[in-house]
Amino acid sequence: MKRIASVIALAVIFGATSASAQTLKTVKDRGILNCGSNGSLAGFGLPDAQGKWAGLDVDLCRAVAAAVFGDDKKAKFIPLSAKDRFTALQSGEVDLLARNTTWTSSRDTQLGLNFIGVNYYDGQGFMVRTSLKVKSALELGDASVCVQQGTTTELNLADYFRANKMKLKTVTFATSNEALKAYDTGRCDAYTTDASGLYSERLRVANAAEHIVLPEIISKEPLGPAVRHGDDQWFDVVKWTLYAMINAEELGVTSANVGDMAKSDNPDIKRLLGTEGNYGEQLGLSKDWVVNIIKTVGNYGESFERNVGTGSPLKIDRGLNKLWSKGGLQYAPPIR
Amino acid sequence: MSIDLRAGEPPASVPFYNDPKIRSIAYQVALCLVIAFLIYGAASNAIDNLKRANIASGFGFWEQTAGFDISQSMISYTNQSSYGRAFWVGLCNTLLVAAVGIVFATLIGFVVGIARLSKNWLVHKAASGYVETIRNIPLLLQLLFWYNAVLKALPDLRDSVKIPGGAFLNNRGLFMPEPIAQSGFSFVVGAIVIGIAGSIGYHLWARKRQEKTGEQAPVFLVSLGLIIGLPLAVFFAAGLPLTLDYPEAGRFNIRGGIEILPEFAALLFGLSIYTAAFIAEVVRAGIRAVSHGQTEAAYSLGLRAQPTLRLVVVPQAMRVIIPPLTSQYLNLTKNSTLAVAIGYPDLVQIFTGTVLNQTGQAVEVVAITMAVYLTISLVTSLLMNIYNSRIALVER
Repeated sequence: MKRIASVIALAVIFGATSASAQTLKTVKDRGILNCGSNGSLAGFGLPDAQGKWAGLDVDLCRAVAAAVFGDDKKAKFIPLSAKDRFTALQSGEVDLLARNTTWTSSRDTQLGLNFIGVNYYDGQGFMVRTSLKVKSALELGDASVCVQQGTTTELNLADYFRANKMKLKTVTFATSNEALKAYDTGRCDAYTTDASGLYSERLRVANAAEHIVLPEIISKEPLGPAVRHGDDQWFDVVKWTLYAMINAEELGVTSANVGDMAKSDNPDIKRLLGTEGNYGEQLGLSKDWVVNIIKTVGNYGESFERNVGTGSPLKIDRGLNKLWSKGGLQYAPPIR
Repeated sequence: MSIDLRAGEPPASVPFYNDPKIRSIAYQVALCLVIAFLIYGAASNAIDNLKRANIASGFGFWEQTAGFDISQSMISYTNQSSYGRAFWVGLCNTLLVAAVGIVFATLIGFVVGIARLSKNWLVHKAASGYVETIRNIPLLLQLLFWYNAVLKALPDLRDSVKIPGGAFLNNRGLFMPEPIAQSGFSFVVGAIVIGIAGSIGYHLWARKRQEKTGEQAPVFLVSLGLIIGLPLAVFFAAGLPLTLDYPEAGRFNIRGGIEILPEFAALLFGLSIYTAAFIAEVVRAGIRAVSHGQTEAAYSLGLRAQPTLRLVVVPQAMRVIIPPLTSQYLNLTKNSTLAVAIGYPDLVQIFTGTVLNQTGQAVEVVAITMAVYLTISLVTSLLMNIYNSRIALVER
């Protein structure tokens, strides 16, 4: 009896872990990539009226789907609130969390996650009504601030006010929708989130012209996708998908010219597009994985401009997110 | 004859596995073992998986610095306090809204329940309309309605409504002067205690006298005088030992005084009004359960309508009312977790919201929260059961 019991127990334990340790195989067998996404942030993750998802984070998921399956439509998006996102990834509900999530040491070590890199360098800011005549976040002493729960934003806010010896009244909401709505009805003097988020949320308040974003950026918010800890192969696949998109931009490979580029003599481009070497196979993918990504999703720069840059209503300047060669921080290790 | 012969023999021996008593014990032991094994298996599996996935476990987070702010706390709390402290803040907020909600829901529920039985057509229809409308709309929608109704209806901070007596009302909440006790206020507290003790004593004396002589005493008026009049007299005699801390409008917010957040008000309204509709039905059913013969018997003894309701009908109805009323109290307490939707910092919002997310320890945090709600519910139902057994029909 005891022996049978321990055999069952072992089966339960090992049965559960083998699934989490081979995400790439699980995803391939399933035929679909489950992607934890922001369901309400324009520019990063938002379904349109036809239910088609768009955004910078959404593009990363589509790129991973393209790399794994050769088809970017095999990504399924699961909208998650800030406070539920880590549990969803930990429990295996999603294979990949691309939901404008700030990379911090405690999240990397305590939550059982691994951040694969940074797909958007951000910082936290404030939005206020112009009628308050506030020019700087340092004038916000005593103010009520609406904030979304379960974010680094919530902690930075407390830190910033304490460091500047200002009093603060926080009103915390479970989702950004509720927090923004409360701010819009006048419950709070200020609304705070990542600066990129402020630009997109400003478009959603009743009268955007009555609100301004204050100049202060009070924190570093490197936003990046995360995968479960303990599956190095899957970690590599997602990480190199992002790097491939950045490398493609640096090498001038775009969705428009990727066909012609395959004939290029440039060895870097040949390695990137799989006409030389077997770098795709080394990752457990096909030879033409980058071609599939670039053809459907485009390179990092294209994705950026389409979702948050000049091609979008947000019109965010690339700033820190320019390539390293153009004065920004986006830098990818070479494929070779 | 044969029967007599057998009576002296020992009963025919049944094999032990056919003995129903031993069998049932064996089945129960086996069931317990299976359940224990399943729990053990699930727990060790979870621990193992957490370890493998490198997810922190254990209760070490309890002492760590929380680092976030909470809009309403009854105990002192800053963003430098620990997660454990944040837990207590959330628990107090939950208990506050549940306790106040239970009081309001009971009051409204009893009034509406009795009104539904009124012979006055308008009162009767109004009460029915209230019950049917409120009972059939999901609570979450009602909470969102109250929150937005409360916020939208209230003016901005700069156009605060000034309520005579130094209070302000705006979309940041209701700000009232906070009474601060000065030296000498303890006399007033003492007078209140004496007043309550005195009126209980008077009540007992009056009952005894009524049983003996049939004479009634003005218990209500005397109690009123003792509980309110006496402390007031002492308060004036001690030279008004109470100052008020008036709220003052600052640039962004109002400082000082007591603050009632709109989130709290909306949650309280929503919970009380919703639960009151159910309590009204419980009360109506309880009163209906008392046979009409009881009322007629009371009338024939010469009792008027008011004492009949108070002395004959309600005491008997309470026996029917209390058990379902307990479930309504439990529902109200558990429904207070919908606070997450409107930003009221209750236990679920703070603990399974922010704390869970910041520490990532879902298993521990959710287990603690479930244990807390189980404890609150069991204590509530224990108290109600004690009360129920006191008013239950004692059969002779």
